Amino acid sequence: MKQLSTKVTSNGHGQDSSYFLGWEEYEKNPYDEITNPNGMIQMGLAENQLCFDLIESWLAKNPDAASLKRNGQSIFKELALFQDYHGMPEFKKAMAEFMEEIRGNRVTFDPKKIVLAAGSTSANETLIFCLAEPGDAFLLPTPYYPGFDRDLKWRTGAEIVPIHCSSSNGFQITEAALQQAYQQAQKLDLKVKGVLVTNPSNPLGTALTRRELNLLVDFITSKNIHLISDEIYSGTMFGFEQFISVMDVLKDKKLENTEVSKRVHVVYSLSKDLGLPGFRVGAIYSNDEMIVSAATKMSSFGLVSSQTQYLLSALLSDKKFTSQYLEENQKRLKSRQRRLVSGLEAAGITSLRSNAGLFCWVDMRHLLDTNTFEAELELWKKIVYNVKLNISPGSSCHCTEPGWFRVCFANMSEDTLDLALKRLKTFVESTDCGRMISRSSHERLKSLRKKTVSNWVFRVSWSDRVPDER
Amino acid sequence: MVSLATEKKQDLNLLSRIASGDGHGENSSYFEGWKAYEENPFHPIDRPDGVIQMGLAENQLCGDLMRKWVIEHPEASICTEQGVNQFSDIAIFQDYHGLPEFRQAVAKFMEKTRNNRVKFDPDRIVMSGGATGAHETVAFCLANPGDGFLVPTPYYPGFDRDLRWRTGVNLVPVTCHSSDGFKITVEALEDAYEKALLSNIPVKGLLMTNPSNPLGTTLDRECLKSLVNFTNEKRIHLIADEIYAATTFGQSEFISVAEVIEEIEDCNRDLIHIVYSLSKDMGLPGFRVGIIYSYNDRVVQIARKMSSFGLVSSQTQRLIAKMLSDEDFVDEFIRESKLRLAARHKELTTGLDGLGIGWLKAEAGLFLWMDLRNLLKTATFDSETELWRVIVHQVKLNVSPGGSFHCHEPGWFRVCFANMDHKTMETALERIRVFTSQLEEETKPVAAAPMMAKKKKKCWQSNLRLSFSDKRRFDDGFFSPHSPVPPSPLVRAQT
Repeated sequence: MKQLSTKVTSNGHGQDSSYFLGWEEYEKNPYDEITNPNGMIQMGLAENQLCFDLIESWLAKNPDAASLKRNGQSIFKELALFQDYHGMPEFKKAMAEFMEEIRGNRVTFDPKKIVLAAGSTSANETLIFCLAEPGDAFLLPTPYYPGFDRDLKWRTGAEIVPIHCSSSNGFQITEAALQQAYQQAQKLDLKVKGVLVTNPSNPLGTALTRRELNLLVDFITSKNIHLISDEIYSGTMFGFEQFISVMDVLKDKKLENTEVSKRVHVVYSLSKDLGLPGFRVGAIYSNDEMIVSAATKMSSFGLVSSQTQYLLSALLSDKKFTSQYLEENQKRLKSRQRRLVSGLEAAGITSLRSNAGLFCWVDMRHLLDTNTFEAELELWKKIVYNVKLNISPGSSCHCTEPGWFRVCFANMSEDTLDLALKRLKTFVESTDCGRMISRSSHERLKSLRKKTVSNWVFRVSWSDRVPDER
Repeated sequence: MVSLATEKKQDLNLLSRIASGDGHGENSSYFEGWKAYEENPFHPIDRPDGVIQMGLAENQLCGDLMRKWVIEHPEASICTEQGVNQFSDIAIFQDYHGLPEFRQAVAKFMEKTRNNRVKFDPDRIVMSGGATGAHETVAFCLANPGDGFLVPTPYYPGFDRDLRWRTGVNLVPVTCHSSDGFKITVEALEDAYEKALLSNIPVKGLLMTNPSNPLGTTLDRECLKSLVNFTNEKRIHLIADEIYAATTFGQSEFISVAEVIEEIEDCNRDLIHIVYSLSKDMGLPGFRVGIIYSYNDRVVQIARKMSSFGLVSSQTQRLIAKMLSDEDFVDEFIRESKLRLAARHKELTTGLDGLGIGWLKAEAGLFLWMDLRNLLKTATFDSETELWRVIVHQVKLNVSPGGSFHCHEPGWFRVCFANMDHKTMETALERIRVFTSQLEEETKPVAAAPMMAKKKKKCWQSNLRLSFSDKRRFDDGFFSPHSPVPPSPLVRAQT
């Protein structure tokens, strides 16, 4: 008799994917400026390590919150016993206001519609449990965060059907792609329950345009399905544009308090904007009270530690801090991104023009031997094992075109970033392709790529995706 | 304009069955008691007539020791001046292996609470979102939808949600009887196993809570061995929920399954798993520290990946690591906690003894299994519910009726005692005294006027809103109320 569940015996956890293998390699030989200067530099980790000093200085100025006190009195005992799955009211209020501030106070969030979860990992899984039966499908634009294969499908039994996006228009979501994905799901006999987008996008580092958001809302309205907008990078927007949330679009289309608005849900987390992934603070925001009610009960499986709720409610309630933090965070991210982008350009590498996120979507198609995913993996292995940079190959993000890589920039010091770029430049210059390219022939590269894109763009059906990610 | 009814129907179609059903278990009438408490919570000064919460199994007796330690050890926090140099490292730490010092400290603590008679390997410790998260994860790892776990009754009502709701797993009750102190017998196990097979439910494991919730009893070595042997023979898993391990306070010692498997030759350890938590032993439910400890390498591996859905906040891991590494503090805490639990338990039982109310002899847990069978009009669960409603709404004590724990026999109630101070306990006992004396008055045989006696007996029932529509707890077809047991005088039940 089989003694373990099929969840254990299959590899639905998705950790056989190259995305996670790169991490494992890093663990074996991690870079350290002093003790291991030839070690692997971690560029596969989308973490925000740029603003801890701001939080630490806030802690120094706020000893009560820092030591679990209120008005000088220890409230340790009360916190130790607080396990109400509705969460701390002051924390949810502070979260709601922070989310509003990130959206320029153009939309309001009702704290009562917030459900806390142990990170957005748990929030996304919980939402899928609430919206889908085993075998139902969600449409996701590619490329997407590899963790979704685990978070959305593993224990829920749901399926993901990709919405193919291509470099020809900067990977934007088109109407045709949406319709095609929906039809593909139907061909596979899968009931589509909704669309899930990440905005700003991981791994692209771009925020969805108003046009795309309108398209999505119209699409889910006509199909009578859900829209989940994972907005965990909303506070990392550093471009000139404002971040437009799906909530903005509902408001502009006058769809607030309608039946459609009940099918639009936002997922948030403090892991990226505040750089606190260890604290496991995730949230679901929904206008549907049945979903809020069910998700709240499910949050029992992953509540936020009360001491963490208390600390962060004090932090986020300090409006002077939050506005200063958001502004400074954006400044530092922008500066770091610029550093990466110019360093890449010096090596003859371009990337998708990004305005958010903790990473760049880098174009290394010209470094491939052939325009195939095998060649991409070969290139990736060279970069991981020879150049000693852990970056994430596009195939692990289900990208339909080989040659794209996600490179993170906010989880290391400037010096480390410079070293990584130096190593990459050296590697590129040592390859055949690299010898062709010098800084002055950068333009030739761009026109070369345009031709290759039009010759080589092709659709790959989702069922023959890299097999080891199942 | 869509009508409300149609809108609701549309809502239901847009939600999964899991979300729109009541697998969360919160529609049980059991929650009426909680509601009554929330609407009118007792406070010695502001609300002296409010409902006293005796339905919450929390350990609040040693909060002062904990608070003192936290104040004296600011370096344990990553937010204070003394600890902030660790802030950024801890804030970014989301490795699902957990902080090594956290796992080591928890392993040590688990050893201490088992009197250092067994060793725990820190590398087998997997985090989860409280024991709630641990149970669900274990179910996901060991069973497929439609499979079943055997669970001895009475059992913690939360298992219905934790093990079944999102996993699709079934719970198959193993009936235990008061006649032998609710012991788990091999006969009962075999019986339940057969019943499951007849219903086409493949049995994947046996889940037992030791010390028991709601009984407060601990399993002796012989019984534990029989459970290990039974599960090994059937090649099914044994999940030991040991979250009350450090709450033993009497003569009887806590024996962990970890100890027993060392004594069984050729024990298949791949089938042995422990669920643990700091919520009860340390009184820290708010910090969500759940632990899965499995002897099966593959289960450890996969449960660890699943722990991404409910990791312990790194801030909390750090604090706990520091606290539990302070061995002097831990020893003092465990010692003092047991003393205070013993004292509070004695206070309650002495009070009940004085009123002639029976209770199951037990020396662990944060609650008492109280015997009110002889106060039932009839030996039925309807009668139990009636009595319970009187206790909640008139006596104003939120106790938990045995039916909600799937107890086989009506008339038992779980009464928590570690979540209140001494004065509140006194008040609760006084209310019980008043209630029982009222009952005695009303049921005193009056020779000349039998009609009056009957009428008086009905008095305490007259305020009740009797509703027998909620029979959901009987609908799994595995047990039904037995025929009425003849009434017996108020005696203390003995094991």
